[in-house]
Amino acid sequence: MLFGTTPFVFLDLSNEIYLDKERHNVDPIKVIEVKQDVLGQNDKRAEEVRRQLKADGTFLLNIMSSPGSGKTTTLLGTAKRLPPDVHMAVMEADIDSTVDAAAMAEAGIDTIQVHTGGMCHLDAAMTLQGLEEVGYKDYDLVVLENVGNLVCPAEFDTGASKNVAILSVPEGDDKPLKYPLMFEVANCVLINKIDAASLFDFDLAVAEKNIHMRNPDAKVFPISAKTGEGMDAWVRWLTTEMKTWKEDDHE
Amino acid sequence: MHELGIVFHIQDIAREVAQENELTQLQEVVLELGEVSGVIPSYLTDCWKWACKKENFFEDCGLSVEEIPARTHCDGCGREYGTVSHGKICPHCGSKNTWLLTGNEVSIKEISGS
Repeated sequence: MLFGTTPFVFLDLSNEIYLDKERHNVDPIKVIEVKQDVLGQNDKRAEEVRRQLKADGTFLLNIMSSPGSGKTTTLLGTAKRLPPDVHMAVMEADIDSTVDAAAMAEAGIDTIQVHTGGMCHLDAAMTLQGLEEVGYKDYDLVVLENVGNLVCPAEFDTGASKNVAILSVPEGDDKPLKYPLMFEVANCVLINKIDAASLFDFDLAVAEKNIHMRNPDAKVFPISAKTGEGMDAWVRWLTTEMKTWKEDDHE
Repeated sequence: MHELGIVFHIQDIAREVAQENELTQLQEVVLELGEVSGVIPSYLTDCWKWACKKENFFEDCGLSVEEIPARTHCDGCGREYGTVSHGKICPHCGSKNTWLLTGNEVSIKEISGS
């Protein structure tokens, strides 16, 4: 695990604690029963983020996948195909480097780079700081490109309106079995690099079966971000979801 | 891999609990960790030590982990079994209609201090 430089964002409330060195010498040790789910706090914060975004009319899309599955290329292809009235910004989350943010900026997409300072995922509080930094209220769609990792990002609800997982052909059709939580939380799974299917022992029907075993409601689109195959269907799904979300008053 | 993030969340909760209970010095956080929670105790302890060194308030605070065994209930035959040995398929009747009873916990049991 990498422990890099100072984390880009993390909650530091240490200055709120008053350390009274003299007192603790006389006080007996107290044991306080807590019984609190550690991630429950993040889930609560994620719900607040979701409510806030809904009130402000900004759709947050959280994209998760392994490193190298094609998140950045898929995003570039998605941006090109969105209706012109959809205003989009991107938050690139990585442990280090600005490679992805530079690629987005070069394509003329408003983007910020979020460094996690060694952490393998973003949680809801970090996502909110990123959203504020990006000025999310100016956009209809903010895409969070999460840290490349099939395990941890699935554990931490970011407050996203929808979650998308990308599974690329070279990774194999068995990944939904090995990383079940990722595919359970994904509303949509993009099977990327489908143009390379013949080079690998990848069976699309098996992949779909494995995904639906974990999550019967997941929408699956075979795509190639490189050739453009399947991209229109995926972007159509996204824009429809955004429209439905906007019109839904109950969320 | 996500142990560091979990450590930061534990610290957030511990700060709140300390404030509510007017603790100025923490001694120990006791964590209940499910066997199939996906959190590895040794990684968690390493991350805990690293994070606690960065903040005076946690300087002498230990972390102890109580593991909760993973148990699965079978709707097919109504019995229970150990999740780690048998996974999702019931060893008694072969049913796949099963669900996790315990073993997914990541929760703070208690915090001690003065």
